Amino acid sequence: MSSPTSTPGRRKRNRDDIPATPKSTRRRGQDSSNGDLRAMPTSPATDIASPAVHDTSLFSSPRRSVLPSEVDMSSPLMYGTPSSRVEARQRPDLGSIRKAPQVDLHSEPPSADGAVASEQALGQKLVIWGTDVNVGTCKEKFQRFLQRFIDPTSNEDENAGLDLNEPLYMQKLEEISVVGEPVLNVNCSHVQSFDADLYRQLISYPQEVIPTFDMAVNELFFERFPDSILEHQIQVRPYNALKTRNMRSLNPEDIDQMITISGMVIRTSQLIPEMQEAFFQCQVCAFSTCVEVDRGRIAEPAVCRNCNTTHSLALIHNRSAFSDKQMIKVQESPDDMPAGQTPHTTIVYAHNDLVDKVQPGDRINITGIYRAVPMRENPRQSNVKSVYKTHIDVIHFRKTDEKRLHGLDEDSDQKLFTEERVQILKELASKPDVYDRLSSALAPSIYEHEDIKKGILLQLFGGTRKDFSQTGRGNFRAEVNILLCGDPGTSKSQLLQYVFNLVPRGQYTSGKGSSAVGLTAYVMKDPETKQLVLQTGALVLSDNGICCIDEFDKMSDSTRSVLHEVMEQQTLSIAKAGIICQLNARTSVLAAANPVESQWNPKKTTIENIQLPHTLLSRFDLIFLMLDPQDEAYDRRLAHHLVALYYQSEEQIEEEFLDMAVLKDYIAYARTYINPRLNEEASQALIEAYVDMRKIGSGRGMVSAYPRQLESLIRLAEAHAKVRFSDKVETIDVEEAKRLHREALKQSATDPRTGFVDISIITTGMSATARKRKEEVAQALKKMIQSKGKTPAMKYQQLFDDLRGQSEAAITKDMFEEALRALADEDYLTVTGKTVRLL
Amino acid sequence: MRMWFVCRFCCPAAQSNSNPEWEAKVLEYFKGQLREKESHSWVPSLNDVPLHYLKPNSLVKFRCLVQDMFDPEFYMGVYETVDPSTKANVLRCGKYKDVTECGVDLNSRNTVTAERQTFYCVPIPGESPWAKEISFLSAARVVPSTSYVPSRQKRSYEEDDDDMDTQPQKQREPHTEPHGNGDSKRQETEAPSSQTTAPSDCSSHLDLNFPLPGERGPACLVKVYEGLDSFKLNDTLEIYGILSVNPVLTVLGEEKDPSLLLLNPTESMETPEEQRAHDPPASLVPRLHMLYARPLQHNNPLLPSAPTEDQSAFVSSFLVEMASVRAELLAYLTHVLLGDGLAAEYLLLHLISNVYTRRDVLPLGKFTLNLSGCPLNSYTERLYQIVQQLVPCSYRLSMSLHTMNSMRLVPKKDYVANRLVSGALQLARNTSLFLDETQLEQGQLDSSGVRNITALGNLISWQKVDYDFSYHQMEFPCNINVLVTSEGRSLLPSDCQVPLQPQVTPPNMEEYLTTIHMAQFTSQINKFRVYLSLARTLDYSISDEVTKAVEDDFVDMRKDDPQSVTAEDLHRMLVVARLLSLSLGQTTLSRDGWMRAKHIDMLRRSRTEQQKSLNGNEP
Repeated sequence: MSSPTSTPGRRKRNRDDIPATPKSTRRRGQDSSNGDLRAMPTSPATDIASPAVHDTSLFSSPRRSVLPSEVDMSSPLMYGTPSSRVEARQRPDLGSIRKAPQVDLHSEPPSADGAVASEQALGQKLVIWGTDVNVGTCKEKFQRFLQRFIDPTSNEDENAGLDLNEPLYMQKLEEISVVGEPVLNVNCSHVQSFDADLYRQLISYPQEVIPTFDMAVNELFFERFPDSILEHQIQVRPYNALKTRNMRSLNPEDIDQMITISGMVIRTSQLIPEMQEAFFQCQVCAFSTCVEVDRGRIAEPAVCRNCNTTHSLALIHNRSAFSDKQMIKVQESPDDMPAGQTPHTTIVYAHNDLVDKVQPGDRINITGIYRAVPMRENPRQSNVKSVYKTHIDVIHFRKTDEKRLHGLDEDSDQKLFTEERVQILKELASKPDVYDRLSSALAPSIYEHEDIKKGILLQLFGGTRKDFSQTGRGNFRAEVNILLCGDPGTSKSQLLQYVFNLVPRGQYTSGKGSSAVGLTAYVMKDPETKQLVLQTGALVLSDNGICCIDEFDKMSDSTRSVLHEVMEQQTLSIAKAGIICQLNARTSVLAAANPVESQWNPKKTTIENIQLPHTLLSRFDLIFLMLDPQDEAYDRRLAHHLVALYYQSEEQIEEEFLDMAVLKDYIAYARTYINPRLNEEASQALIEAYVDMRKIGSGRGMVSAYPRQLESLIRLAEAHAKVRFSDKVETIDVEEAKRLHREALKQSATDPRTGFVDISIITTGMSATARKRKEEVAQALKKMIQSKGKTPAMKYQQLFDDLRGQSEAAITKDMFEEALRALADEDYLTVTGKTVRLL
Repeated sequence: MRMWFVCRFCCPAAQSNSNPEWEAKVLEYFKGQLREKESHSWVPSLNDVPLHYLKPNSLVKFRCLVQDMFDPEFYMGVYETVDPSTKANVLRCGKYKDVTECGVDLNSRNTVTAERQTFYCVPIPGESPWAKEISFLSAARVVPSTSYVPSRQKRSYEEDDDDMDTQPQKQREPHTEPHGNGDSKRQETEAPSSQTTAPSDCSSHLDLNFPLPGERGPACLVKVYEGLDSFKLNDTLEIYGILSVNPVLTVLGEEKDPSLLLLNPTESMETPEEQRAHDPPASLVPRLHMLYARPLQHNNPLLPSAPTEDQSAFVSSFLVEMASVRAELLAYLTHVLLGDGLAAEYLLLHLISNVYTRRDVLPLGKFTLNLSGCPLNSYTERLYQIVQQLVPCSYRLSMSLHTMNSMRLVPKKDYVANRLVSGALQLARNTSLFLDETQLEQGQLDSSGVRNITALGNLISWQKVDYDFSYHQMEFPCNINVLVTSEGRSLLPSDCQVPLQPQVTPPNMEEYLTTIHMAQFTSQINKFRVYLSLARTLDYSISDEVTKAVEDDFVDMRKDDPQSVTAEDLHRMLVVARLLSLSLGQTTLSRDGWMRAKHIDMLRRSRTEQQKSLNGNEP
């Protein structure tokens, strides 16, 4: 229905115009229609004047209107006449640039006009021309909606601090009266759940319905708060039209309808002053007249109506009315598009106070009216391009990443799952072997490494976010960090690539190619505006996602050091060029490192093999070794797997493994909706597990677990509960967490000299045996020096030789030096150059 | 001729009824006609016939690559206008047209809005001269059907007419003269086309956005009406459509009244850059309204392009010859590679490699070859010229420091002009990318150089290119055969490195290679060309029995020395085995094939090891 009514009432640009009561509004409307400065528009207006239309005759839509026909024409609620539908402020977003019906979607029979006239008698109710909207009913319904709508389950951030059991929008009106910001945002899904018919009208005829809503709100508002003073009348801004579409699915049927699309701002124009009303003054008699701008054109009056002079009127610029306008280009967000195509862009116009609300790079949801305008007709040219230009007049912006710098943004991430999809996912979750299924669906082309895949699966799900900020500890990390290390060519990179492709907010960097700046954030001067702009790096970009870092060992130390903060506090602090801030970087880190000697040396510890600072290593929940197992059965399975990879057809592959899309949805669903908590048994099991871990070590005089490991266990257990779609962390979750943790420990924290699991390798960089050995050497050295009697100074080299000759175990120079240092620490001796002096 | 006739009248036919059924019928008709034998060769091709010889609003075809996809546009599918002679209101159809006739009644309720999308298409980047030439000759037959025949082209038609119809691959047989003669002929036929590009020189500000530097040919704005989702960026298509070069388009684009800008919002939407990119003058970038598009599996003009009955007949007839052609080609390549038979074998395998599927992120079937130890001094350049003679699409990227630092490899979105600025890695499938690392000298790579090297590395390892969309990157899978020539081992990753071991050291390299090249008859070269394109398209499978054998073999090899054979080696050997079988025209892996694959891989490895010990400092 593209034949909109043009509201003939005069619109004034008057932000400073303060309407006192709704009454005055109506009077103003009548005024303007009486002060007939302009001729009434032609055909549409006559139709408005006699708008009693039986809707079925006009619309091919199968929905017959069920509006009650007993609406009293004389009722004060009856707003069928267009003159009364005048707003006291201008809404260019709704198209105050009047539009003729250029775009007709349903070819209506040309007899429609006749039908209108003939059926006038039949229909008692009035509707706006071209729609099935009865203003009175519509207004009444909306007021009822405002007064009654309660949404007890609301968790929107906009409604924070409101009493959920009271009518939601009445509270918002109260807020308006206090704050004085005359904008009422209305969630369309609320309207839909309250009155589906009203919602349909809102979507189909926003240009007519929204002014009606405005009117209804203002009436209600000034009734309730008669003394409040607002800048202008309240504007209703609907958002979240459930007919939310991505840009790709916009089609000609959406023209002039209300739509919500999501996308990313790529360009904003400068502010464009758009003329709303042209002010003309007669050069002869100084008579003035106003002409509304119609579709970008001003019909200049040829004759002065006062003195009848022709061509005497001149445009006075500074008395004409202008409104602000801004062109914004929006590109469809990468998640919405099919593979292999380029993203679409759409032009959006923001008006008045929505100008400059968004910046390039923002991800936003736009609610607005979709428009199509034919290419300018050229009077000199009979042929015109048969193409329309499309744009969206924006009504409401909602930034989806607005909250990313502070607080949670779970709801903005919300992915809409269809009922069936949720059913499929739940069905999958109820299977007893879901954990194994999912882990084998992960990177099927990579062979075996089941435990590593399980670890990564748990990382994908993540733990439950806990907030202890009230007790002063801030947020607990919920993300699981994993380090893979192992021989080159064990498909570590491939695993990383897979994860990067799987998660929506993944980043992939290589240690070699990234700098600290590239990982964190940097400040840039915008060449155009000279403004300082904060450009975020990979870690910030993967907030709530996974940051995959390949060749972790090749990373420079300074780069690695920025990871310390990210991996435990989950924030990034930046202080440069006048910008001091803390950004959230709640990212899981999945890193891959090669051993220093390119081949893993089984005689060395993890630390020695990868040469990473233990402060960083201890921040990884799981450290896996990916080694070549080198046994025959494994080789056979591997060969089978690889050969199969090369000849199986696509269909066979599909059958065998879970679809990547299902896996994606499963993870997204679990991450959004499942927040498991520990139950009593599970906590007990965790405590026991922790105590056990510490016990293992204490027997041999070393500590094999630290509180950090306990936290890891909790996270893993929670993640495992998420995999099961369970709201409770139970003992089985703890068991699996324990098992996985042990597996990872066994692989990475085994002391190659003793074969025992020793967590201190990771936490202090040295195994307990090594520490013990160091002490022994120091003692032996001390004893030897003491046995030599009172020699205040000794030759370094000689001492070393003596010690080597005396000791039965081979003593390296390193060990000797370490022993010397230990003794020096005891203040027993000092080493100066080549001599050793006793103190 | 008949079809062209129909096309001129199909649109007016729609005036009477706005029933969309006719649209389907029109498409059906054209598809049916084009399916008929030979019929597609009647349609003049935009690739070969200069634009000004083509009649506006006629049916033409265009062999191209989808370089960019613009936003969808809404147009008047049906509009109402006043007939100037009868003064009656008439409905007209706006489909397949850019411009409306007469004054349009914008307020008519009979207007139907419809949607279409514009693709920016360029000729297939890196198309070898021989492929262009041959397709031109086969297209020349059509030229007499229009009245715009330049006499020169008529002659070429008469010359080649007799032997071309039946055996396109043999068409050059009567001419036994060396290939160089073909070039002179091409230049002759190209003469008129240089006239078309002349205007582009005078308006040189217009960048036609070809992926590769030095390309020429018409770029085209293709209006797509149906099946929008089935097209992807970088698809190679043969498009049949209605040519529109209405000069009004240019006028509308140019004409700009600045005073109106303030008032008319529709005009201020576009920056001048965007105007230029999206509405270039029709004389330079013609519009093509697509009726029907055929995705091209390959652009080798010697092979039947559509998977029809005659193709399978063609394939089966060629399969018989396959082994002998392979032997000849191998001998030829051995000569080219200075007598190194093993390197020639690997080069052959490389040339028929193809990413046939992807398992999650892993592309299967790619076979990047690193020929190390190449002699310096223009040997690589000559080698490229020979490869170019064999494959339909190729590009040589000389990896000098300067090019790596300055060249744009990765396409980038230009938000000001709202288009995808192409880069050298935006290539059609199965293009041979020849990376010449011998050109690289010591020095500093700047940040764009590092990015370029990373992009090349990604291309080789994952067969994907991350296009730069400024705010994010977008991954586009590709299927490009990368051949790296280098002195030592390449700094880029590769699936397989073969150190070249020249058996002969000709005193004058250039002369040597030229003589080898000259010694081949064109018919012979054509056979090679068909062979390489065909081997790539064959299906392949492994029987259970052989699978078992391969598994056993792998376990055995590991038993002796687990370090010697890794999973990666098995990956490579499976690819080698596949390519080896296909190169012989065998569509299943035999035990024998596997042993051969193992054997040549062993030879290659021993050679690399030898090389390593020879100059121990090599990484």
